[in-house]
Parts: sequence; structure tokens; C-alpha cells
Amino acid sequence: MLTPRVYTEIPQRYRLEANKCKACGKVFFPPRLVCTCGSQDFEPYRLPTRGKIVTYTVVRTPGFVFKLQKPIVLAIVELEDGTRIMAQVTDLPPVVEDYSEIIKIGAEVELVFRKIFSEQEAGIHVYGYKCRLI
Amino acid sequence: MREVAVIGVGMTKFGELWNTNLRSLFVEAALKALKDAGVDRLDSMYVGCMTSGLFAHQEHLGALMADYLGQKHLPAYRIESACASGGLAFRLGFIEVASGMSDIVLVGGVEKMHTGADVTDALSTASDSEYEAFLGITFPGLYAMIANAYMHKYRIPYKEFREKLAHVAVKNHEHGSKNPNAQFRMKITVDTVLNSTLVADPLRLMDCSPVTDGAACVVLAPVEIAKKLGKPVVKVIGSGAATSAIALAQRDDIAWLDVVEAAAKRAYDMDKITPKDIDLVELHDCFTIAEVCVLEALGFYEPGGAINAAYNGDTYIGGKLPVNTSGGLKAKGHPVGATGVAQIVEIVEQLRGNAGERQVKGAKRGLAQNMGGSGASSVVHILEVE
Repeated sequence: MLTPRVYTEIPQRYRLEANKCKACGKVFFPPRLVCTCGSQDFEPYRLPTRGKIVTYTVVRTPGFVFKLQKPIVLAIVELEDGTRIMAQVTDLPPVVEDYSEIIKIGAEVELVFRKIFSEQEAGIHVYGYKCRLI
Repeated sequence: MREVAVIGVGMTKFGELWNTNLRSLFVEAALKALKDAGVDRLDSMYVGCMTSGLFAHQEHLGALMADYLGQKHLPAYRIESACASGGLAFRLGFIEVASGMSDIVLVGGVEKMHTGADVTDALSTASDSEYEAFLGITFPGLYAMIANAYMHKYRIPYKEFREKLAHVAVKNHEHGSKNPNAQFRMKITVDTVLNSTLVADPLRLMDCSPVTDGAACVVLAPVEIAKKLGKPVVKVIGSGAATSAIALAQRDDIAWLDVVEAAAKRAYDMDKITPKDIDLVELHDCFTIAEVCVLEALGFYEPGGAINAAYNGDTYIGGKLPVNTSGGLKAKGHPVGATGVAQIVEIVEQLRGNAGERQVKGAKRGLAQNMGGSGASSVVHILEVE
């Protein structure tokens, strides 16, 4: 079963749908109902797909869902409009001796559509965004 | 608002307690605290616990613990703020006594983590589950991101940064070796840390607090009652709590724990205290980098300065600001919901002069800082002995 936990987030995960406060212009991803400025007046907004790595790590001991994928590399990416999101870094070589040689803070990345994991026993694929080095 | 004192403390041994269950852990610590306090009645009770539902398939802890403590009809509350559950429970107990609503309040924290659950997965529920844990990030991973951001922000060469971080773990194990309740009482060296397995770059296994079972309890009462008990009166002179963005990506500065700064300011301001007035600190070293960032956010070091604290020896017992004399989360252990209360237990033991080999000489004021998630919630308390 593709649970509500997963499918209600599809606009964000498939299409990077954020929202933008009409009062102060702040962008929220995921979208919010109330802005830090107090306004509740928003318009839909689609995130840019390019950005830079702000920080990253290589997770060597993920939870059981990601055991088969380990190690997984994750980064916080600041997109071109200043919005920050977390994403896995994908399309890396299968074996990497020293990740700090190929992933640097400040490195340019682009967001891409990828499978994230397979849901529990039914094995339904769950999709979303990852990023890759440009 | 009435003045409030801690009149009793108690904790279980921390560790892999395979033969003890959740309720027994809590009741053992509670009975010790009640005996220490010497009280014969309770008005209410708070239970800090992060995720007994995932670990032990048990919720409804207020009722469960009151029942098994033999306190029929006692009002009991379960408090959750991830790893800051215990500290937040303490704050609510403090508020209840200060308000005059109740006189004798028990505050406890408990977590039973060795139950067969996937601990990494269960703990990841303290992050933004839909936009962090969903992607595979773990708690060591989140703090590793903070570590890399810190290293980059302050332009510290990797080798130097790595070695100085290791000193935090070495120091906390040195302290833990003196604590009979600690999970790990062995001393370690910088090489032990640097040669341990990578968990989330740049953090290694010995940068991480362990998986722990345990409980800790304290009893609170108005100061006028505490004065009749013939023991040093340990007053709560500051209490502050704060929250911040749940997701690390949405913090203004990834290398700065704004939530700790906000909670600390509230605690300091309650009694015009400054960091200079504090003699010892128990803080939330869930990972070595957390101790560094917390020391800065509490105002003890300038931004970028606390990386040198353990390395220079400042934060050892006998140093200018002893930090985590109990061994901290790293060596004493980190039963997540119990940690915040166990920190209070250590501060009280120190202020009473009962800390044995770990005693900080002449300690008058201690600060306890407890944190939830990657810095989305924090609680700070300041205690003073009369």
C-alpha cells in the first residue's frame, strides 16, 4: 500500500511545489499555512532545481529502510533563490575512498527525480528528489 | 511565584539492562528519589519519555508509572520533547510547585532502548519525519552536518578539527570513569576516537552517545518545606525553554544552536545570572560536536571558540568550567527521555557536595542544558545551593 504518509507529499516530492508568502515574499518548502510574518496569504511557487551544497555527510549506518543502499550521502542544498532543502546526493561512483575529495561545501548541484526507497513488505517504490553534482 | 527546591534525587544504573523493563526502571529511580526526599506523599507526577511506543510498545506512561508506584488516583503527566523530554518534564514540575498548585511533585524520565527495536529508525522520528528521516538521514548524520558546517564556518583544518573533537569524548569518559552509574566507565584516548568506525562523516562511533536503558527521578517542593528537611537546600533559580525550526535545513545558521541561546537567555534572566556565575555544567553532548556548539550558545565561549574547551583542559573537573562531570551522555549513557532529569540529579549531587570522586570543589551554582532533535527544542535550568 502507498500510505497517506507518502502520497500526500507527492506535489512536493514529484514537482517541488513550495509556496510563497504574498505579504513578505518568503518561500517555504514544504509549504506552510502561516508565515513567520503572520500572513496566511500564499501563492504556489515552484522551486528552482539548481543550487549549492551548504553542508553534507555520509551516513554509514542508516535505519533498516536504507540498509541496502548504504553508505548514503546527504546534503543541505541552498537553491538559487535561497531556499534550503535536504536531499540525498546521487549518481556517485559505486565505491568512493574519500568522499571529501569529490563532495565539497559550495559545490554546485541540480535536483533530479529518483526512487528514494521501497515501502515496507509490499515493496512499493517511493519517489522524490535527490541532487547530483554538476 | 514561590521559590522551588529539589529535595530528593535518584537514578538507576545506566546501561544495557536487558533484564529490567520500562516500568521497573522508572519505579526504581522514583523510590530512590522519594527515600532521599523523605516525603510520605505526592501531589502530582511528570514522566519524561521520548518514544516508549516505538521502543517498548507502551504509551500512557503517566497512568502506568503512577499505578506501579502505588500512587492510586495521582495526577500524572507524560511529557515528550524528543531527547529534551526529561528537561521539559522538570520545567513543568517546577512551574506546578512555583504556582502553588502543588507542594510535592515527582519528576522522572525513563527510556528503555534495548528492546529489539531499530534504534536509529525510532530516534529519527525526532527529526522532520517527512523531509529529513524520509530521505535516510539519521541523528549522527544531522549532527555530522552540523560538524561539517562548523568546520567550514570557522575554517578549521580537518585534522585539527577531528583531533579537538575527540578530546570532548576523552574528557567525558574520564569523568564517566568516576561515576558508578555510568554505562561506560573505561577511559579512552584520542586514538580510540580517531580509530573508531565512521558512523556519519566526520563523526565516528566514539563521537556518539550510546544506546542506553535507564531512569532518573527528582522530587520538587517549595523552599519553605525544603528548609525543614535538614539537608542543603538546592533551589531552582532559572528555568528556560525554547523551540526552533524542526528541520536543520531551515535554521538560520546550521553551526549555531539558536534554540539553546534562546532557552539559556530565559533561564539566566530569571535571576540576573550570567555565564560567569556558573560553577559547573551538565549539557547535551549527544555527539561531541553538540558539546562544542552548546557551550557557545550558552555564552561560555565565543562562536568558534569552544572547539578548544576540552582540548585546553578547561572543561575537565578541576578546570575553569567543569562540563559533564557525570560523564555526560557520551559515557554516562543517553536513555533519551531520562537524560534531562539525570542531568539535574548530577547537578544536585554536586551542589550538595555528594559527588565523591567527581566533586567540583565549592560548587555553588550549576547549569543543566537538555536538547531535542538536531536543536529544535531545548531546556535550560540553573540550580543554586543555599
